[in-house]
Amino acid sequence: MNRDRRRRILGITLGLGVAIAAFGYLAFSSVGENLVYYWSPAELRAEGAKATGSIVRLGGLVEAGSISRDPDGLTLSFSVTDGEASVPVLARAVPPAMFREGIGVVLEGQMGSDGTFTTERLMVKHDNEYQAPGEEEMPDMENLIETLQVGDGSP
Amino acid sequence: MNIRKLLVLAGLGLAAVGTYFGLFVAPPERHMGDVQRIMYVHVPSAWIAMLLYTLAFGFAIALLWSGRQKWDDLMVGAIEVGVVLNALLLVQGSLWGRATWGVWWDWDVRLTTSLVMAILFAGVLVLRRMAPNEERRSQWSAVATVVAFIDVPLVYFCVRWWRSLHQIQSSPDTVDPAMVLPLRLNSFGLLFLALAWMLWRAAIERSSRRASEVPLPTRVAIEESAHA
Repeated sequence: MNRDRRRRILGITLGLGVAIAAFGYLAFSSVGENLVYYWSPAELRAEGAKATGSIVRLGGLVEAGSISRDPDGLTLSFSVTDGEASVPVLARAVPPAMFREGIGVVLEGQMGSDGTFTTERLMVKHDNEYQAPGEEEMPDMENLIETLQVGDGSP
Repeated sequence: MNIRKLLVLAGLGLAAVGTYFGLFVAPPERHMGDVQRIMYVHVPSAWIAMLLYTLAFGFAIALLWSGRQKWDDLMVGAIEVGVVLNALLLVQGSLWGRATWGVWWDWDVRLTTSLVMAILFAGVLVLRRMAPNEERRSQWSAVATVVAFIDVPLVYFCVRWWRSLHQIQSSPDTVDPAMVLPLRLNSFGLLFLALAWMLWRAAIERSSRRASEVPLPTRVAIEESAHA
């Protein structure tokens, strides 16, 4: 084996070693614990006063029966739960069409001292299920089109 | 008929049938509606981009091991096509995200690692332009490719390891069979097209490398005779 080849193999081994070590560090160290994308309601509550006032993300499920819209049409209130704890939310945001009871949401906002989370950035998190609509869920196209036909065409 | 043309024909055929099934035969998703059809291009883009980066990683190792320039040709082909698909992936994902999540972008771990992946491999292409000679260029690109590749498994596993806005991988169990078919057809279609594109790019790289090996006076003479 000539010197050039030996150096090359040493280089590859070192390079791969560094790559594998870096990947392993990310995979198995606790670096992930500092990479928390959102807090669950229970975690947010556990932080107590420390969590109030700063911009954080709150993630959980929209509690059934908790959605209500303010008469001004600008504010949406609902509760986010993780099964353990629940946080009331005031959202000044237009929710995407996917928003409904029981769906996952990630909210960026602030915890107020009164225990209400206010947000202007509401994101809906969906799961990895992709299913065809059931018979009764199929949108009634004829009915939808009818609603578009305003008037009978005469001026 | 050479292998590349065969790949292009097979790829276009599969993608055409897959797109037809995706747009006209597969049902709309029960909650997302027609927007979910972006999946039939988004998921193949992700798979094939990551596959090309993995190939580039293999070519980089082969290049460092053997020192043969043909691996550099294939490596640049794989990276360039990978970066194009990676860019498409980000755009498709952004459109889908706006419609379903409500935002064009968020610094979620899957989105961030995918963006980093595009920047790292585009960086390899930039680095190639800065090398003083051919040997250095292939060595630098190969080492940079090995380093950039660290992010690829991270893109795949991050949604399982950490909390994210992006959902985890779906499987045929979580996807309606009528949606799995166009997804498969488009994936194989894109695979064949991407491989053909990669081989073409490698052939161009090889030709330009050969051309640069011809001494300058000869090149001028060839140019002049071509114009004569």
